[in-house]
Amino acid sequence: MNIPFPDLRPVTPEIIMTLSATALLILELIFKNKGVLAFIGILAAAAVMYIMPASMGETFGGMFISDSYSIFFKFIFIINLILTILISLRYIQRQKAEYGEYYSLLLFATAGMMLMASAKDLIILYLGLELMALSTYILAGIKRHDVKSNEAAIKYFLLGGFSSALLLYGISLLYGMTTTTDIYKIAEHLKATGVTTTLLLSMILIAVAFLFKIAAAPFHMWAPDVYEGAPTSITAFMSVGPKAAGFAVIGRVFYTAFQNIQTDWTTILIGIAILTMAVGNILAIVQTNIKRMLAYSSIAHAGYILLGIIAGTTEGLNAMMTYLFIYAFMNIGAFAIVIILDRGEELSDYEGLAKNRPLVAALMLVFMFSLTGIPPTAGFIAKFNLFTAVIKAGYTWLVIIAVMFSAISAYYYLRVVMNMYMKEMKQEAAIHLSPSLSLAILITVLMVLIIGIMPSMVIG
Amino acid sequence: MVPLNWYIGLSAVIFVIGMVGFIVRKNILIMLMSIELMLNSVNISLVAFSHYLQDLRGQVFVFFIITVAAAEAAIGLAILVALFKNKAAVHTDEIMEMKG
Amino acid sequence: MDKYLLIPLLPLIAFTINIVFGKGIIKEKAHWVSILAVLGSFVISASTFTEVLNGKIINYDVYNWIVSGNFRVTIGFLIDQLTAIMLIVVTSVSLLVHIYSVGYMHGDKGYYRFFAYLSLFTFSMLMLVMGNNLLQLYFGWEAVGLCSYFLIGFWYEKKSAADAGKKAFIVNRFGDFGFGLGVIMIFLMLGTVHYSDIFSKVGTLTGQTINILGYNVDLITLIALLLFCGAVGKSAQIPLHVWLPDAMEGPTPVSALIHAATMVTAGVFMVARFNPLFSLSEVAMNVVALTGAITSLFAATIALVQNDIKRIVAYSTVSQLGYMFLACGVGAYGAGIFHLYTHAYFKALLFLGAGSVMHAMAGELDVQKMGGLKKHMPITYITFLIASLSIAGIPGLAGFFSKDEILWLAYNHGMVGKIVWAMGTVVAALTAFYSFRIIFLAFHGKFRGTHEQEHHLHESPKVMTIPLIILAIGAISAGWFGIPAALGGSNAIAHFFEPVLGHPHVTAGHEEEFMVMGISIAAAIGGIFISWIFYSLKPEMPKNLAKKFKRIYITLWNKYYVDELYDFIIVRPMKWLANSILVAVTDGKIIEGIVNGVPQAIRNFSERLRKLQTGQLQHYGLGMALGLFVILALVLIAAGR
Repeated sequence: MNIPFPDLRPVTPEIIMTLSATALLILELIFKNKGVLAFIGILAAAAVMYIMPASMGETFGGMFISDSYSIFFKFIFIINLILTILISLRYIQRQKAEYGEYYSLLLFATAGMMLMASAKDLIILYLGLELMALSTYILAGIKRHDVKSNEAAIKYFLLGGFSSALLLYGISLLYGMTTTTDIYKIAEHLKATGVTTTLLLSMILIAVAFLFKIAAAPFHMWAPDVYEGAPTSITAFMSVGPKAAGFAVIGRVFYTAFQNIQTDWTTILIGIAILTMAVGNILAIVQTNIKRMLAYSSIAHAGYILLGIIAGTTEGLNAMMTYLFIYAFMNIGAFAIVIILDRGEELSDYEGLAKNRPLVAALMLVFMFSLTGIPPTAGFIAKFNLFTAVIKAGYTWLVIIAVMFSAISAYYYLRVVMNMYMKEMKQEAAIHLSPSLSLAILITVLMVLIIGIMPSMVIG
Repeated sequence: MVPLNWYIGLSAVIFVIGMVGFIVRKNILIMLMSIELMLNSVNISLVAFSHYLQDLRGQVFVFFIITVAAAEAAIGLAILVALFKNKAAVHTDEIMEMKG
Repeated sequence: MDKYLLIPLLPLIAFTINIVFGKGIIKEKAHWVSILAVLGSFVISASTFTEVLNGKIINYDVYNWIVSGNFRVTIGFLIDQLTAIMLIVVTSVSLLVHIYSVGYMHGDKGYYRFFAYLSLFTFSMLMLVMGNNLLQLYFGWEAVGLCSYFLIGFWYEKKSAADAGKKAFIVNRFGDFGFGLGVIMIFLMLGTVHYSDIFSKVGTLTGQTINILGYNVDLITLIALLLFCGAVGKSAQIPLHVWLPDAMEGPTPVSALIHAATMVTAGVFMVARFNPLFSLSEVAMNVVALTGAITSLFAATIALVQNDIKRIVAYSTVSQLGYMFLACGVGAYGAGIFHLYTHAYFKALLFLGAGSVMHAMAGELDVQKMGGLKKHMPITYITFLIASLSIAGIPGLAGFFSKDEILWLAYNHGMVGKIVWAMGTVVAALTAFYSFRIIFLAFHGKFRGTHEQEHHLHESPKVMTIPLIILAIGAISAGWFGIPAALGGSNAIAHFFEPVLGHPHVTAGHEEEFMVMGISIAAAIGGIFISWIFYSLKPEMPKNLAKKFKRIYITLWNKYYVDELYDFIIVRPMKWLANSILVAVTDGKIIEGIVNGVPQAIRNFSERLRKLQTGQLQHYGLGMALGLFVILALVLIAAGR
């Protein structure tokens, strides 16, 4: 039997990513200075970014596909990776968590996300998902000597394992019904067989697992605890990367494999989206820890982004992708500010920051405005774009609800601003500035403002 | 020959046992085992489907799942060891520092 | 990059530089950045003005921000005759005020901040006048307001300053609410926010009505009045005039630039810009004319008896703004804008002169405590005198031509026109009177302040007097473009404005025009003469009069009790309502319900909800499983299986 050697061109970005991650593990033994590893990681990411556009195509017998959809998501992952490395550099030294495998795991996790975005087969999807998940479990607990970090890791790990099991059970049912794990073949098969209870069950199981990854209510409960306990750089990483990957697979699987039961999953997702927006926004109000607040805020944003999926149109999907792209910058930017401060995890740490560190406060203000969706920041463009797409799809009432929750969100985002500008300073805020962190903040703030002022850059 | 439905039934029962175990047991090790149970119930159904559908894909999938599960167990135990070193706790009641 | 974009952009850049580097690096040099930027804007504006003079109209979109269906948010410039003159006014006055501030604000601890705000204001004002669409106007409108609050409350440690800023903010909310509704109405009815589209489509609305609470209201009138609400707030007309006199708590250069020459005239500019809309509704026009005339008279009478030099000038501003609305209301938009333009120079001059006096008097504002300043500060005296002659309407000076144009066109505008003309003429006499009251009290006679103050009297530094001299030249000559045909001029400015603002057709002959002119000149000279008798010849007379007409005097002194009235009919009932419910009904639960009930309810709900997040892994797992089963159950029930 003659097995042809698979065409590796479409999968080169993933190969480079994985090889670099492996190389980092080895190089860690050689280099005392872990900054070198970070640099190599960024180089690898840049290389991947460079060759990605040329990687269009299918390979591995149609299990892996690299199309414009997956490439856009991979851009988000790579940006997420680079920004995370930049904000990590000094921070993990400060946190005494500078292990060489830190960067290696970041790369592995990113490789997993990339696989997820490109998966055309549920097996690949599962493997990508696990590669991402297993790496992030470790990263969440990388502060080995910190109880909170341990707690975050174990919670994330157990619940993540639980959701993977649900996913697998759903996939196995789907496989039993259709004899295949190829997403497009499943779609064809389902068109022929029609809707059955088993199909609905398997769809729901798969949906639950994906919703877990994007932290949609009521599968969100891990997120606040894990975001709070994990090192802040990893929180930033997790709040963007895995979430975007989750949306990538939801978009791919639901729009293709479950095309014939679109009305069913749309109804489910509408309920979930409303619940998610409600839980995220309402619970964020009473938080006193800013990482926890941002965790709930990221839950709320997942609710908004779900609307893009619900719209069921290409425009909605595009708006969702744009939103995630913008969200990456504004969210990591906000976390970068949390990192720059010596004591920045509690909301009360921000009191009077404007008098003490006006520039830091002004930057935080930009990110908070953007997360709220106040023009002329990118956050406004993201929301405007998304809501217009959803209105065009005929869900005006859903947008009204979203706007209402968005108004509630102003309450807790602007509370940070109020603390910074209106309250009296309690103590001098010390900051830890490093070139890489400054670079990350510069990139994020510029993107937030540039996209806000020139939205045509990303829309259309 | 054992009909397919029996395997599916067995798989479903084991899956539910795993799920219930995960929810009711507070010992992290047992929760870990419950997850393994759930994964293995999936393996049973995949292999059964594979056999009855005469399609190898299912069995290939099972190998992947077993591999991943092994990695998962290793990581889980490692995290647990780190936790145990700091806090000497294996019960979920004892790791409730973050809430709200 | 085209040069028109640079006009607003330069001040914005100056603002950014000053706010970022002001505290650490630039410090005492902050004025250079701002002055150079405004100078640049002024030069470009001047060259743009000559282009417009040669018949060029610029209307283009600089940048499409959001395009979504027929909803288009763009930044675009419309530079026609109206905008061109506004550009000159804004940039020239702003430039002079910037220069003056170098001396006035010297040594203030917020020096860089002051210049940063001034630049930001200039940017916002330029965006406001240059915009080719309503949203940009609205943006500029709110932005200038914001800068104004910052600058009123610039010395925020002073409680009165902080309160004044707050008052300006709240009072303007009332007007801006109406304005916002007007903008939304226009977009809903016409589907566009661009001036050119609005004006070409506005005719289609004629005769349409809208039903509000059972009354059929003419649509155009409604929109026009809503927009006018904004103008009433911004330009401090009755009944929203109360914020402007209090705004004098801000630094004096701010009063000159924002609260005399530019921002407060934005309302007039807006009405003039929307003349195609206003002209379609007679009701709206009459409302504008009468509001203007009444405000003008009302403010002028208050100014008669005030002693605070800045407040007198502030009431004078309110009064002159009323004049401009009066002009717009009788269809003489061109004359209104002409007055806006001349007023900018002599009023800025009055404020800066007052600032110069304050500078010499160590912050003293009471004219009763001044006197004889003529010999100590000759330049200030002469320029202040020129400004006063100009505002009084003495022939040959700027104020005369614009005021005369307004009165003449009002006189020819039917019944309403005659009424407002009569009021305007009375105001002219009052204006002359109170303006010269300052001259006689502050600059003539003997010094009445403390010995220490007298010792310190000095002319202000050159950096302050030179702007005064330049403004004085403006206050003399700015009107020469509008010499009417009756006096052998060509009334160039009216012809200049005609394409945008129109020009009322007047049939009456020169004899009548001379008559109207004569009456207003007589009024002005009469006002000055009486002022001379009162405050120079027989200084005891005003006191006797005040005693004799005590009621009137006290009413005027208390500004017709408007602040007290508002306190009585709005502020106190609110407080009473709040207190009585507080005490009588429910320990404050209802008040809380109104003020922060909703946020509190959400918070309470949130506190309860967060109890679900126990931190216990089992509960999280259970939550997931429950979620799964609930969804499953719902779907299966819905699918009917």
